[in-house]
Amino acid sequence: MTVNMTKGQAISLQKNDGGSLTAVRMGLGWQAAPRRGLFGSRTREIDLDASAVLFADKQPVDVVFFRHLVSDDGSVRHTGDNLVGGVGQGGDDEAILVDLSRVPVHIDQIVFTVNSFTGQTFQEVQNAFCRLVDETNGQELARYTLAGGGAYTAQIMAKVHRTGAGWTMTALGNPANGRTFQDLMPAILPVL
Amino acid sequence: MTAELVRGQNHPLSQSRLEIRISAGTPVVAAAALGDESGRIHGTDWVAHPGAPTQPGLEVSRQAAADHRLAVDLDAVTDAVHRVSILLALPAAGGGPGPARFGAVAAPFVAVTGLDGEEVASYTITGLEAESAVVALELYRRQDAWKVRAVGQGYAGGLAELLTDQALPEAVQLAGTIDEAVARGLARSVQAPPPRPSDGDRSRQAATPAVGPDQGGTAPQGTPGPPPYGGQPAGGHGQGGAQPAYGAGPADPSATTGGPIDYSHPRRQTSAPPPPPPAAPQPRPGQPAQPVAGDATGWSMEERLYNQVWGMFEDLARTTAAYRSAVDFAESRMDKELEQALSDPRSRLGGQGDAAREAARARHTELVGQARESLDRDLAHLVAESEVVEPALPPAFARWDNPAWHAYRVPMEIPMAVRLGDLRLPEADPLRIPMLLRLPLERGLWIDSGRADSLDGSFTDSHDMRRLAVETAVAHAARLLAVYPAGEFTVHVIDPAGSGAQALAPLTQTGVLAAPPAQGAAGVGEVLGRLTQRVDLVQMALRGGAPDALPPGFDTSQHLLIVNDFPHGFDDRAVNQLRYLADEGPSVGVHLMMVADREESSAYGPLLDPLWRSLLRLTAVPDDHLADPWVGHAWTYEPPVVPPGSQVLHQVLTRVGAARRAWRR
Repeated sequence: MTVNMTKGQAISLQKNDGGSLTAVRMGLGWQAAPRRGLFGSRTREIDLDASAVLFADKQPVDVVFFRHLVSDDGSVRHTGDNLVGGVGQGGDDEAILVDLSRVPVHIDQIVFTVNSFTGQTFQEVQNAFCRLVDETNGQELARYTLAGGGAYTAQIMAKVHRTGAGWTMTALGNPANGRTFQDLMPAILPVL
Repeated sequence: MTAELVRGQNHPLSQSRLEIRISAGTPVVAAAALGDESGRIHGTDWVAHPGAPTQPGLEVSRQAAADHRLAVDLDAVTDAVHRVSILLALPAAGGGPGPARFGAVAAPFVAVTGLDGEEVASYTITGLEAESAVVALELYRRQDAWKVRAVGQGYAGGLAELLTDQALPEAVQLAGTIDEAVARGLARSVQAPPPRPSDGDRSRQAATPAVGPDQGGTAPQGTPGPPPYGGQPAGGHGQGGAQPAYGAGPADPSATTGGPIDYSHPRRQTSAPPPPPPAAPQPRPGQPAQPVAGDATGWSMEERLYNQVWGMFEDLARTTAAYRSAVDFAESRMDKELEQALSDPRSRLGGQGDAAREAARARHTELVGQARESLDRDLAHLVAESEVVEPALPPAFARWDNPAWHAYRVPMEIPMAVRLGDLRLPEADPLRIPMLLRLPLERGLWIDSGRADSLDGSFTDSHDMRRLAVETAVAHAARLLAVYPAGEFTVHVIDPAGSGAQALAPLTQTGVLAAPPAQGAAGVGEVLGRLTQRVDLVQMALRGGAPDALPPGFDTSQHLLIVNDFPHGFDDRAVNQLRYLADEGPSVGVHLMMVADREESSAYGPLLDPLWRSLLRLTAVPDDHLADPWVGHAWTYEPPVVPPGSQVLHQVLTRVGAARRAWRR
């Protein structure tokens, strides 16, 4: 059962049977919007990058992105850089796996961001989505579709944070600008 | 682009490893015959047929089938062979069921494809009437290049007539042998349940073999399936050997009921499938799974253990990283909170400040406690894993106190890696990760005989340090000698002043060295000169693409040069040669093991920096100078220690020495 999330909505990552999730995958998919005009058939490639920033009490501790695919503690893994996107309708183009049971005890928030490495704005991207999948059984827990691409090159997609003994996901969808996650830090800090 | 050939037309072949695909719509016998310049078949071993499906460079199906895939490796056939004919025959001609003339069946289609499946040329054999055997294609040598020709020459008298026409003396007998083999094959295939006996080797039966957990035993046995071809270094050669490794041999009819469709990966059949990894016992509910030795991927137990050890290494690095990061965070947070409490003017009054400080410390303790708890949980698992993995390690990976060394035998094969010592982290004291280095060595080793201050604070004087370093070098060299097959590893020693004589005794007394340790400047020059020449020679041969040009009887073993007391006895020329060996040696099998104190060669200045950098530094006492590739922790390296009073090193070296003497004879 998928929850279609809206901006700012939070869902608790508890299983239906009350057990807590152990491993989740944050999947990101996108396609290049069809170009209008004369050279509509020219191929354009949009390189969106998914990153995950691990925070301990608002201090960034570790980052998982295309140049550092596994967090030092091994709990967050990036499956690899996708330079073009749109491999399959609805499929994940980039994915970040989070083993929630192995996340170090002091990490209390993991923020997922997307930025356009090639510099196109989200106006040129369509069908971009971010979804959270229970990695143990492949079930989609939540999906958040990016509505109305604007003239910005990055987005703070969602965050997963500790609440009590479990974890909660909050859809953010805040626009930002930047080429890599470092440029996004000022935009991330307010949402922590 | 496929060239569709008509009868008599030819087409050049750019590849030498080819597949011939035949599809006839009815079961046919496929065979391949080698011919000399005039097309003569010299003997029965020049024909690959269902009774003898592999010949050098050829592989055909074992039985009649509607579809065939034959493998041909033109590089593997002998120089005397100038033609490879692809033959088809109807099994009815030899007494089998089905139509007896090609005129009664659909026109057979033959295609030549590369290993990637791309068709090079194809030919539909039309116009056949009463013939029951036909030469479909001919691959032939023309001015050192191979071509394919569409032949389509039929014979009404069957294979006997066809083979007679190609001047095979035993044509009739061979035709009989083939018919017999085909009849046997058909008999096997009609035993199977599906109600389509005439078409017996089609897909239905593919479901018959039990696909159990030991899939490798049955699945690839379907005889006319794609031959095990891809990825083999020399085409047809090793194929005979690969088949029995699948378990039940072809003589076992119960295993050969499989049809022609083979769902296994065609390129992955060349070697036996790995034995299934040891199954982990089902964990009791609520408890973590029990660790098992070899619980990793790999084609052999050795590879699985190697991967498992690396997995443990990474897990320990990462779980420690999580712990350290949490502790760092807890400390910085406490510092900040303490500072805040201190600077808050209100806290100066009453017990408020103390309470705030107390709270900060409690928060620190709590977080560190939590972090330690999850580290301990992971450590407990890794320790349990280590307890089952260590005893299971083969000698090359095992500690010297492992019983595997008491049962030591000189191996027949080079192991994939060798253990150079143990690695540990201070947070995980009981746990030792084997430090496994891939063989052949990619860089030289440097056993540091300087730096007398060891980690535990005990002071070792420089004399003891040197002796320890030479002993460590001997233990490493002994292990390398022991894990290589006899005669494939040669050790030279340079001990210019003879100072290491006592420590080197295990090597010199057991006769495992190529020559006694070289002494004095003359000895140094002689050994270095010989090895430099060897590196030059092998490099020249390899670069020139002519490894065959090395002199006959050239010793192809790996060489290890142990240099003690560097730079004693070295002149400038010798130093240059040593640097050359360190740079160029590893790629041609000449390795260096320096037992040296870097300080002693400081007179050479930065000249030698590249040398030291190119070597893997090991120590004779525990030292934390090695980093892991994932997080970059400083790991404490512990050299391999032979248990005190143990004779294991001597015993192993004695066996190595005996094996080497036997091998040289």
